[in-house]
Amino acid sequence: MSVGERKKAGWFVRITILVVCLIWLFPALGVLVTSFRPADDANTTGWWSTLTNPWDVAQWTLANYRSVLDSGGFSNALLNSLAVAIPATVMPITMAAFAAYAFSWMEFRGRQVMFVVVVALMVVPLQMALIPILRLYNGGAELFGVTVFPDLDLNGTFLGIWLAHTGFGLPLATYLLRNYIGSLPSSIIESAKIDGADHFTIFTRLIVPLSVPALAAFTIFQFLWVWNDLLVAYVFLGGTRDNQVVTIALQALSGSRGQDWHLLTAAAFVTMALPLFVFFSLQRYFVRGLTAGAVKG
Amino acid sequence: MSDGPVQQITPTDPAPAGAERALRLLGAVAVLIGLPLLVRWAFDFTQDRDANRFAIVGVAIALGVLGVFALFWVMDQIVDRLPHGWRETVRPYVFVGPALVLLSVFLIYPVVNTVLLSFKDRRGNDWVGLDNYEFVFTDPSMLRSLRNTAMWIVVVPALALLIGLLFATLADRLQRGESVAKSVIFLPMAISFVGAAVTFRLIYSYRPEGFGSNIGVMNAVWQGLGNDPVAWLTKKPWNNFLLMVIMVWMQTGFAMVVLSSAIKSIPEEIIEAARIDGASEWQVFRHITVPSILPTITVVTTYMVINAMKVFDIVFVMGSPENNGTEVVAERMLTWFFIRNNGGYGAAVAVVLFVAVVPVMIANVRRFRAEEAIR
Repeated sequence: MSVGERKKAGWFVRITILVVCLIWLFPALGVLVTSFRPADDANTTGWWSTLTNPWDVAQWTLANYRSVLDSGGFSNALLNSLAVAIPATVMPITMAAFAAYAFSWMEFRGRQVMFVVVVALMVVPLQMALIPILRLYNGGAELFGVTVFPDLDLNGTFLGIWLAHTGFGLPLATYLLRNYIGSLPSSIIESAKIDGADHFTIFTRLIVPLSVPALAAFTIFQFLWVWNDLLVAYVFLGGTRDNQVVTIALQALSGSRGQDWHLLTAAAFVTMALPLFVFFSLQRYFVRGLTAGAVKG
Repeated sequence: MSDGPVQQITPTDPAPAGAERALRLLGAVAVLIGLPLLVRWAFDFTQDRDANRFAIVGVAIALGVLGVFALFWVMDQIVDRLPHGWRETVRPYVFVGPALVLLSVFLIYPVVNTVLLSFKDRRGNDWVGLDNYEFVFTDPSMLRSLRNTAMWIVVVPALALLIGLLFATLADRLQRGESVAKSVIFLPMAISFVGAAVTFRLIYSYRPEGFGSNIGVMNAVWQGLGNDPVAWLTKKPWNNFLLMVIMVWMQTGFAMVVLSSAIKSIPEEIIEAARIDGASEWQVFRHITVPSILPTITVVTTYMVINAMKVFDIVFVMGSPENNGTEVVAERMLTWFFIRNNGGYGAAVAVVLFVAVVPVMIANVRRFRAEEAIR
């Protein structure tokens, strides 16, 4: 073997990788196949029995998806998930980007201390925040007789869950964006200032376009985090049929009709479809976002 | 505010004429009064149960997305109207303000409040001393959850790390298909814990003899070997490991991707030199690859330990943790606080989780300080 050439994969390596990949795909494949089988088949025979003659059209159906989306309420839940996830992604990123710019390129008292607090908050477990925030939402807060947080009755509202997700997402977003925005060359910002641009203009016209890779990575991470979240939605949005999101709907279905596998698998796949689409279409940003975002508290 | 590109902005904006100035003022007043009214209306509309669902969702998204942009724009406009000397002193606080307010309300205040509530009764009215903590460390179900979580934070990171490291090392040698193979392992990261839990419930599903055939793979194989079907999810203590498998399935991709990029950054010359000196592949892996990526392994392990410590969804969706002996700490927190309405117990459990991450928090701050010092 000559120098500079990587060690090539032998048969053993290739087969090992193939086997591990098949094991990893196997659980998801079961869900996908079962979701297209008629109710009677799905609940009486194993899904692998279809693999012997996959081209037999009679054994496939879309009825499960129809029933899950219509009578199962999942089309409504999909809408709600979008209504929760889009603002709960845009809000923290916008706020974090402005803050990251100020932390990087503006001078003000307390800058260092404030940012250390942001770093410290990154790993605070969500569980620490649930009880006090629910109490704030349901009754407001008073300090020495002065109302510091009005009783807005935010529990069960979209605004309530956006604010919660924004608060929980901000430390990581601010930290990552500051790392990125702070490493942009200072000459660009200086010359824009000499041209007379104010901070707001520099931010919107210069910093945001230059930060697209970091913003995209974090957008994907935060969107998927909110989309896949069960805990925050369960506590702050609740399980009424009107405003339940997909994860809540799936959890409820798993509890109430846990043996109706044709419905459960279709519902599970409905909740996974959008994340999987994002995964396949934006894989590069996706991987970068998730690996950067694994720090979240 | 100018709308032109940066290059066209002149240092001195000409002062607006009288009429234009009046018009601007009027516009500012209209925005200041109109915007809150519009936001108020939009908020009420999203609460309207009779309205069309599509319209509600559309208004909600517009409210959330445009609202946050409008917030910054309006605040910046107000700063522009302050006396000259003030503007650049106030502006940084306008930029960091919203983030700091939300961090204070949604993280800093709750941490303090939860610690206080953990010393109060179930409704948060009277002080009860250490009673809640006594419960946390004596209740059989709580003790089981502590034991189980201890297992989660050892088993899940260890398995995910081991499989991820081996896979990354082997996939690194593929001439073709490396990225496809890595995508497959990474794929479960995209889906929710709830979705993953339902996926594995199908694998573990069980029907007793006489109630139809078993459609879960585990029981199908088990019966194929000539055994009676088993309700896997109620088989203590093995059911805990069956739940951990779900998280390993989801997290291995993360470990693998991060470790893979660390492996690729090891200089090729070092590895070649070792091979020329006659080192076997295992020796290269053991004495060069692993030591080189040790810092990355530490970081990945830390994050996976924190994630495993907070696992909640998987156990919650699988159902009846108390009967099955599968309680975990984060799940106990929600059960006590939200389902059984005991804020005191819930807060005490949350504080236990918090105390466990404090070392990581201190390490993060220290590392950040060190990085800033050399910046």
